[in-house]
Amino acid sequence: MSATVQTSACPACAAAPLAQEVAGRAPSGGDEVMLSLPAIHCAACISGVERSLSAMPGVRRARVNLTLKRAMIDVDPGTEPATLAQALTSEGWEAHELDAATLAGTQVDRTGRDLLMRLGVAGFAMMNVMLLSVAVWSGAEAATRDLFHWISATIAIPTIAFSAQPFFRNAWTALRAARLNMDVPISLAILLAAGMSVYETAQSGEHAYFDAALSLTFFLLAGRYLDYRTRSVARSAAQELAALEVPRALRVAADGEAMVPISELAVGDMVRVLPGARVPVDGIVTSGASEIDRSLLTGESLPVATGEGAEVNAGEVNLTGALTVRVTAAGEDSTLHRLADLVAVAETTRNRYTSLADRAARIYAPAVHLLAFAAFVGWLWISGGDVRLSLNIAVAVLIITCPCALGLAVPAVTTAASGRLFKRGLLIKSATALERLAEVDTVVFDKTGTLTTGAPVAENLGDHARRDLELALALAEGSAHPLAQSLALAARTAGVRPANVTDLREVPGHGVEAVWQGQRVRLGRADWTGADAAAQTATYLQVGGRVLTFRFADRLRDGAEQAVAALQAQGMRVLLLSGDNATAVAELAGRVGIETFEAGVLPQDKAARVEALMADGRRVLMVGDGLNDTAALAAAHASISPASALEATRVVSDIVLLGGSLAPLGDTLATARSATRRIRENFGIAAIYNMIAIPIALTGFATPLAAALAMSGSSICVSLNALRLR
Amino acid sequence: MEVLVYLIPISLILGGLGLGAFVWTLKSRQYDDPDGDSQRILSDQYDDKPKQD
Repeated sequence: MSATVQTSACPACAAAPLAQEVAGRAPSGGDEVMLSLPAIHCAACISGVERSLSAMPGVRRARVNLTLKRAMIDVDPGTEPATLAQALTSEGWEAHELDAATLAGTQVDRTGRDLLMRLGVAGFAMMNVMLLSVAVWSGAEAATRDLFHWISATIAIPTIAFSAQPFFRNAWTALRAARLNMDVPISLAILLAAGMSVYETAQSGEHAYFDAALSLTFFLLAGRYLDYRTRSVARSAAQELAALEVPRALRVAADGEAMVPISELAVGDMVRVLPGARVPVDGIVTSGASEIDRSLLTGESLPVATGEGAEVNAGEVNLTGALTVRVTAAGEDSTLHRLADLVAVAETTRNRYTSLADRAARIYAPAVHLLAFAAFVGWLWISGGDVRLSLNIAVAVLIITCPCALGLAVPAVTTAASGRLFKRGLLIKSATALERLAEVDTVVFDKTGTLTTGAPVAENLGDHARRDLELALALAEGSAHPLAQSLALAARTAGVRPANVTDLREVPGHGVEAVWQGQRVRLGRADWTGADAAAQTATYLQVGGRVLTFRFADRLRDGAEQAVAALQAQGMRVLLLSGDNATAVAELAGRVGIETFEAGVLPQDKAARVEALMADGRRVLMVGDGLNDTAALAAAHASISPASALEATRVVSDIVLLGGSLAPLGDTLATARSATRRIRENFGIAAIYNMIAIPIALTGFATPLAAALAMSGSSICVSLNALRLR
Repeated sequence: MEVLVYLIPISLILGGLGLGAFVWTLKSRQYDDPDGDSQRILSDQYDDKPKQD
């Protein structure tokens, strides 16, 4: 709905006091550690994990939360969370360390509990007042009716004062800004109904609307709570992804090396980056030589050689040799963060999207007020100045038209749809993402890391003699470089056994060399082995005077072909934009069946291409994972990124693909379209209900019983319709 | 109709008890881990005394 739970607009504001509360709950002197346990699912897992953890040194108390798939552990100060995670993983329970600071906001979910409390109180009050009302509807009279009305009033008034506060607060904020939102008619209806009923009761009147005011509060709070749950589940899952990347760096100081949080690094510090690790900061290499993988930043699939004096950026992956880097920018100032900031600016353009609910509210809110006011003036004129009668009818109109069904129409559908998509491994982060996704007619894919896994597969083993393969295997096994490992794996699978080599050593940044039958052999980069570099990812074997080329192709991500085929079958235009070289892109486009592609696209060109498509009236869905895609992701109508993407990229996208496969993409669009159809149907149901109910209320025939029946009836219809979603 | 004098307070007290129970469940964080609690009840680990915190 247009009005949202206010505190959720700024999770960071709520996080600070909550973090203190977390700290307060941990026993004095101890630390609280959180581990993510993605694989647990059963009672045996819970007790197994808790038993294993409790037996570990330094652990005071451990409790598993199966809903969040997390373990909360009280530990002695100084216990390393990473060691606990490793120990647990080695005992067979897959565990990952979580950054507790990032998660502080989700652990103590105060807003959620607050809403649930208000909902519970409203529910109990509604049931009791309904019981009393049944007596009145079935004919209680005179003193008995008055007594029942008074009792209802004593229950209803405090309940309304407590439970309806979120609506009052939102309505007040809107009115102060001279706007109208859904909460204004809601608050007016609740307040007027309660006030009018008290007055009627005092006058021994026949009609009191306490039950209507309470059921209004209850149904609308239910919608609000559903809405909140959906978003908090998505938010906590998204935060968990972020918390999995504990930002640490290995700082080299005079007294040795130590792991420190990135926030403690200063410009000029020396940082050691081990092979296989992600570069944590921007900096200049002071010693060491290696190759770095820039694919997340630029989309290039070929690793780049780096050495003393070269610049490295946060987010790149170091492949072969250890590097010592002098920090030039860390944390907030690093390239990664600056790009993320740019994205935050770009994102505001998308926030201009008006959801269906907002569009409905924009028509609905003024209409309701005008109608109630017209009823009041009209009846004042017809009855010749009977204020009490006119006010009664105006209140009945307000209650009947109040957007109970509307308040449930959208949250019920989005809750059902998000739940379904979450089971298929999709995390819906944005409230309007489903609606935007349903409008998509063009899909733009990124290549490296999105359609491919970013892991190379050796292609042309068959072209080489067995003896050469044996030699290549022997050399490849001496290196941790991804190309070497992939080559070794492929050779082993083909049944090749390594040749006998001696003096095997890795030359960081270049390759591996060894001595074989008295001659020097090398496996590595083109310039080092004396080969002509191929256009494609490749490694070269130098034996005596010969140089052999081993070519690699990027492996397709699971389900990439199905996803593209499914999208094309739905009539989508599918494009591929990549920063990689033309050969690689053309080859991949052919494999997955994409006809339109562009290679060598710079990040800003990607965004410009997406914007050009949007200007042509196309609704673009961007699927990408690299930092070079972030601007395009932000510019697109809707965006999806895989969980393997950098955090900055995931923050921009509306939807995060949690599993490794792309296959659910086709279904996702179908689900989004059917969810939007259900929302429209629900608006239709609400409109029909109003068309019948409003004339009855306007003509003054609406009794409290009719109001109660109509309100519950339409709410139940709308909720059931939402559950039909497949 | 004198029976109302007893019945109304009784119904209100029962309602109040229900509300109190709900508030207690909420305060003691029983809605934090619904999936886990539904599994924990099936645990085959028996304690002979309450857990010492």
